[in-house]
Amino acid sequence: MTRTLTLIVNGEPRTLQAAPFASLADTLREGLHLTGTKVGCDAGDCGACTVLLDGEQVCACLVPTAQAEGRAITTIEGAGPAGLVDRLRESFLAHGAAQCGICTPGMIMAAADVLARDPRAGRAEIEDGLGGVLCRCTGYVKIVEAVLDVARGANAFAAKADAGAAVGARLARVDGRPKVEGTDHFGADHQPEGALWLRLIRSPHASARFALGDLAPVLARHPGLARILTARDIPGENAFGIFPTIKDQPVLADGLVRMRGDPVAALVGTRAAVEGFPDADLPITWEVLPALHGAAAALAEGAPALHRAVPDNVLTRGRLERGDVAEGHAAGAATASVAFETAFVEHAYIEPEAGYARRVGDRIEVTACTQAPVMDQEEVARVLGVPMHAVRIVPTACGGGFGGKLDVSIQPILAVAAWVTGQPVRIVYSRIESMASTTKRHPASIRARMSADGDGRFTAFEMEGDFNTGAYASWGPTVANRVPVHAPGPYRVPHVRNRTRAVYTNDTPAGAFRGFGVPQATLAAETLIDDLAEGLGLDRWTIRRRNALDHGDTTASGQVLHASAGLPQCLDALRDDFLRAQADAEAFNRTSGRVKRGAGIACMWYGCGNTSMSNPSTMRIALRPDGTLTFFNGAVDIGQGSTTVLLQIAADALGLAPDAFESVVGDTDLTPDAGKTSASRQTFVSGNAARLAGEDLRRAILSLANAGPDARLRLEGACLHVENGPASRVIDLTTLSPDETGAVLSGEGRYDPPTTALDANGQGVPYATYGFAAQAAEVEVDTVLGTVRVTRIVAAHDVGRAVNPTLVEGQIHGGIAQGLGLALMEEFIPGRTENLHDYLIPTVGDMPEIVVHLIEDPEPEGPFGAKGVGEPALVATAPAILSAIRHATGARLTRVPVLPHRLHAALHAREAAE
Amino acid sequence: MRYFQPATLDEALAIRRGNDVVPLAGATDVYPARAGRRAWGDPTHKDVLDLSRIEALRGIEDRGDHVRIGALATWTDLIRADLPPLFDGMKRAAREVGGVQVQNRGTVVGNACTASPAGDGIPNLLALDAAFEIEGPSPRLVPAEAFFTGYRATACGPHDIVAAIRIPKREGRGHFVKLGARRYLVISIAMVAAALETDAAGRIVSARIAVGACSAAAGRLPLLEAALPGAPLTDAPALVEPRHLAHLTPIDDIRASAGYRMAAALALVGDALADLSRPAARVA
Ligand SMILES: Cc1cc2nc3c(=O)[nH]c(=O)nc-3n(C[C@H](O)[C@H](O)[C@H](O)COP(=O)(O)OP(=O)(O)OC[C@H]3O[C@@H](n4cnc5c(N)ncnc54)[C@H](O)[C@@H]3O)c2cc1C
Ligand code: FES
Ligand code: FES
Repeated sequence: MTRTLTLIVNGEPRTLQAAPFASLADTLREGLHLTGTKVGCDAGDCGACTVLLDGEQVCACLVPTAQAEGRAITTIEGAGPAGLVDRLRESFLAHGAAQCGICTPGMIMAAADVLARDPRAGRAEIEDGLGGVLCRCTGYVKIVEAVLDVARGANAFAAKADAGAAVGARLARVDGRPKVEGTDHFGADHQPEGALWLRLIRSPHASARFALGDLAPVLARHPGLARILTARDIPGENAFGIFPTIKDQPVLADGLVRMRGDPVAALVGTRAAVEGFPDADLPITWEVLPALHGAAAALAEGAPALHRAVPDNVLTRGRLERGDVAEGHAAGAATASVAFETAFVEHAYIEPEAGYARRVGDRIEVTACTQAPVMDQEEVARVLGVPMHAVRIVPTACGGGFGGKLDVSIQPILAVAAWVTGQPVRIVYSRIESMASTTKRHPASIRARMSADGDGRFTAFEMEGDFNTGAYASWGPTVANRVPVHAPGPYRVPHVRNRTRAVYTNDTPAGAFRGFGVPQATLAAETLIDDLAEGLGLDRWTIRRRNALDHGDTTASGQVLHASAGLPQCLDALRDDFLRAQADAEAFNRTSGRVKRGAGIACMWYGCGNTSMSNPSTMRIALRPDGTLTFFNGAVDIGQGSTTVLLQIAADALGLAPDAFESVVGDTDLTPDAGKTSASRQTFVSGNAARLAGEDLRRAILSLANAGPDARLRLEGACLHVENGPASRVIDLTTLSPDETGAVLSGEGRYDPPTTALDANGQGVPYATYGFAAQAAEVEVDTVLGTVRVTRIVAAHDVGRAVNPTLVEGQIHGGIAQGLGLALMEEFIPGRTENLHDYLIPTVGDMPEIVVHLIEDPEPEGPFGAKGVGEPALVATAPAILSAIRHATGARLTRVPVLPHRLHAALHAREAAE
Repeated sequence: MRYFQPATLDEALAIRRGNDVVPLAGATDVYPARAGRRAWGDPTHKDVLDLSRIEALRGIEDRGDHVRIGALATWTDLIRADLPPLFDGMKRAAREVGGVQVQNRGTVVGNACTASPAGDGIPNLLALDAAFEIEGPSPRLVPAEAFFTGYRATACGPHDIVAAIRIPKREGRGHFVKLGARRYLVISIAMVAAALETDAAGRIVSARIAVGACSAAAGRLPLLEAALPGAPLTDAPALVEPRHLAHLTPIDDIRASAGYRMAAALALVGDALADLSRPAARVA
C-alpha cells in the first residue's frame, strides 16, 4: 500500500515510494534517511520531530505523508530561510543550548519559525514559539538565551582554549556540532542495510501466569516474520540485573509476569511484519493473579512473594546509626515529625531506547544508547552465554539518560535476535513502551523526626523509609544504601538513626534516577527543618547556616570532611537574596488576597561516586607517529558534557590545547573501562583518570626530551616541540617506534576513589567527596485555584572547581527543571500516565528565572579541585519550592507532586481548621 | 488499509457512504490514538478518508450574518483571521491548544468531532451558539448543543461529514479561560468560555457561558445566564453561585479530583466575567 509521491525537501524535489498514511517523520527518516528529524513520542507531545511545512512549524509525526505531497519541507539538514538556521546553530553551540542534542533539531526548527515571522521576537514570543518542544536536559534557559541572541542580531562564537588554559574555560561541547547540524547519530538513527526488526510483545497484566501455544502456525500465517523468540530461545542465562548476586529480571518472561509491560515474546522479521502483527494473534493463555501495587501492599501480612528468594518482598535494608537518637530528641527544645509520600517519576529522556545488533563471526556487536557500556557488555555476554570479549558495545549518541539508561533494556534481546538469525536486527521502543517498561524514580514513604535545641542546633534525626522498587531489583539496593547516609541533610547532627527498605511490588521497576533516593529523603528532612525553625522562632536561613556542615565536621556516617565542604559559602551567597524575597513576599501578601507569594530555601549534599564500592575509571591518551593525538575516553556522554570536560582536564594535564586532540568515546573494543555515567562520578572519578593519563604522557614526553617540569609543549604535525628555554628540542615522532597499538608515546591513568566499607551501623567513608548546594525559590500561588508558578530560583552550588562553567550551569538549570517537575507535576501511574500527553514535564513556559552562583571550594582529591554536579543540581529544588509554597500559604505539603487539586485540598483543610 | 484523498466533497461523501472510513483533517487526534493502540499491540487501522484536498472545506469566511469556519480551517487560521470581539474567546482557545505545531495543523472542526470533554474549542462553540453544517445522506444544520451528544459522541453520523461550523455574528465580546497543570501543551483540567453583550451603561444584556472538562460533554450554564441580564457587568463575578454549576458532573482522574474541578470551574467562571468587566482585559 504505497504510492509514488514527490516532496520538496530542503528545496529539492525528492520522489519516493511511501505509504500515504505513514507519518512524514517516518518517511523522512526511513525513506529518505534524513535522520536529523527526531522522533520522541510519535504523538505530537514532544516536538522533537518539528520541521517546517510550507514555512510553518509542524510535528512531522502528525503529518500524513500524503498531505506533504508537493509541499516544501525544511528539516534541520536544510540551510533554512535567510541563513537563520545557521545562525541558530552557531548560537546554540556557543551557549551550550544543546546538551544531549535530541531536542535540538526540533528546537532549532521551531525557533526558525518564530524568527522568520518575527525577526525581533522577545522572550515572550520565543517562549510561545518553542512551547511545543520539550527538552529534558537544559531547563530551556540556554536555549531561550541562544534564540534571543539571534533575535538581537548578536553573532555568537564559541570560546576556544589555549594550551594549559582549558580548565575553567567556557568551551563549546566538542561533540556539539553534529548535534546542532542534525548529523549526530542516536540509537534510532543507525539504519544498517538489510536489518530485520524486533518488537516485544508485552504483558498487559501486572501479575499473571501464562502459557504460549504452538507458534508454528503463527509463523506460517505471517510470512514476514523470521522468528518468534520466547524464553526458551535465550542461549545463555535468561536473567539480568545490576548486582552480580541479584539477576532477577528475565529477558523474556518464562510463564510468569510480574509487571505490566513484562515482555513475553519477541517478534523478529521485516518491519512491516513485526509492526503489523496484532498481539492478539499470539496464542497465549493468561491466568491473571492479584497484583501488589505500592510498598504497603507488598509488606502486608500474607502478601505473596514476588521472588522466591525474597519471601517478605524486602529486597534490601539500609541502616545507619550514630549516637543515641532518644538522647538527642530529649536534648531538643523542639521536635518535629513528618510522613512524606512521593510518586514514581519517569526520566522522560526525549530519546526512547533504540539501536541495533549484528553478529560478526563469533562475536556480537550492540550499537545502542546507554549510560554503562561495560555493564551492558557483561549482561549481554551472560545472556548469550559467550565470554565478555565476544561482545562489543558501541554506544550511540545518548538522547538523555538521567539514570534510566544505566540498566540494559534492548541490548540483551537485540543480541539474542541477531545471534540466532545471523542478521542485523534493529529495535526502536515506542514512547509508551519506553515509559511502561523501563525504570523510574522510587516512590518513597518516609517517616522522619528531628529535634533541635533552643539555639536551633540539631540534636537528633531519625527516619524510616520504604522505597517501592517495583517488580525487579534494578538499583533498589543502591537507593536503600545511599539514603541513610544522606537523609539528615548536609548538617551536623550528633544523633542519627536511619532505616530504609527497598520493597518488591508488581509495579514498574524503580532504579536509578538522578539522586538515587536522596531527593525523596531531602523533601522530608527539609520539611522538618522548616518545622523546627517555625517552632523555635528562627529564620529558615539562619537555622540552616547554623548547622551547615563545614570543614572539619563529622557526617552522620562518621566521616570527617577535611576539605571542600562549601555549604556555608553557598548559603552566604544567597542570603541577601533570600531574605529580600522573604520580606518582599510578606509585604505583597499584606495587600493581596487571592494571589500569595512566598520564598523558600533548602540545602543538599551528595556523595560523588558509588557508595563504599570500588568504582575505578581508566583513561588513555596516545600519540601516533603522524602526530595524531587521541583521547580514549570510555565515559559515555549522556548530554552532561563529560566528553568535553574530561578532554579539558586531560588537555591541561598534558599541556596541549583541547583542539589538538581527537576523541574516541565509549566503545568497549577501543576504550578502557571508565565505569558507568552515574552517581555524579565522571568529572570526579574519570576526571582524575584523565588527569593522570595526561600527566603520564607528559612525563613520558618530558623524560624523552630530558626537559624540566615547566616545559611547554607544541604539536605541529609529526613534530612535538618541547620548549624549555635554551634546552628546547623537537621530537620527530616519525622516528620513534610504535607499540602494538600504533602509539609512539602514550599515557594511561586509573583512578578509584578512596572509600571504606560501612560497618553494621553505617559508619565509614562511603564517598571520597561530596557536592553541596543551597537553593532559594520564589513562588506565586493562586490560592483559589491551587496553582503554583515558580518565579525565581537562586542556586548556589559548591562544585569544587567549575571545569566548564557553561556546562555546569547547564546541569544546574536542567536539574532545577526536573526538581520543579518532581515538586509540581510529575507522577507516573502504570497504565495511566505512560505517554508524554498525560505525564507532564515542565515546558519552556514553566521555568523560573534562574540565578546560579558557582562556589569553588576546591577538592584536593579532585582533578584541578573539581567534583560532580550532575545529581546535586536536582536535589534541593523541590524542597525549596515546597518551603516557598508553605511560606506563601501556610500549607505544609507532605506529598508530591503538588498538583493543583492537592494544594487546593490542603488550603481548604487549613481553612476548615481555622 | 486504504487511503482516500478525494478532491471534492461529493466524492468524499460517496466514499464515506460506501466504506467504513475515518475522516481525516489535521490528523492531530488520529495519530496519537493510533500510537496508543499500536503500543499495546493493535496495529489495525480503519481506512482513511483524507479531506485535505477539498478546496470547498478551506478557510474562514464572513458571510454577513455569520462567520463560517470550514472543516479544514486550523487554529492558526482562526488566530490570523480578522474577526469581531465576539471571537476573542475562540482565539484565546486557539492559542492555548497544544503548541504552535498543533495549532498549525489541528482544525476547529476536528476538535469538535473528537468531542473530548477537554476539547478547548467546544465550550466556545456552545457559548457562541454555533451550528454544524453536516453533509451526508440528510444534509442539515445542527446547533452545537444538539451536536455534542455525550462523551466523545456527536450527531455526525457514520455517513456524514461536517463541512463547516457557522457562528452567528452578534454584538458583544467573547472570552476563554483555561486551567492546566503546566504552561504549554496541556490538556484542560477545566475551562470556561463566555460571550457577553452589554449596553452603553455597562449592564449585561445577554450572557452565554459554557464549562468544559467538568462533565462527559461540555455544557452551558442556563441558570447563571438567566441571572446575569440587567446586572452591571462589574458586579457579575459576585453573582456566580455554586448552584449555577450544580448540574455538572465532573469526574476524578489523573489530572484532578471531581471536587476540585467543580471548585475550579466556579472560580474560572468568576474569573472569565471579571476579565470581561475590565476594559483593558487582554484580547486575543
Ligand atoms: C500535542 C497535542 C496537544 C493537544 N492539545 C490540545 C489542547 O490543548 N486542547 C484541545 O482541545 N485539543 C488539543 N489537542 C487535540 C487536537 O489537536 C485537536 O482536537 C484538533 O483540533 C483536532 O483537529 P484535527 O484536524 O487534527 O483532527 P483529526 O485528527 O484529523 O480528526 C479528529 C477527529 O475528527 C474527525 N473529523 C475530522 N474532521 C471531520 C469532518 N470534517 N467531518 C467528520 N469528522 C471529522 C476524525 O475522523 C477524527 O475522529 C492536542 C493534540 C496534540 C497532539
Ligand atoms: S515525535 Fe513528533 S511530537 Fe514527539
Ligand atoms: S538537550 Fe534537550 S532533551 Fe537533551
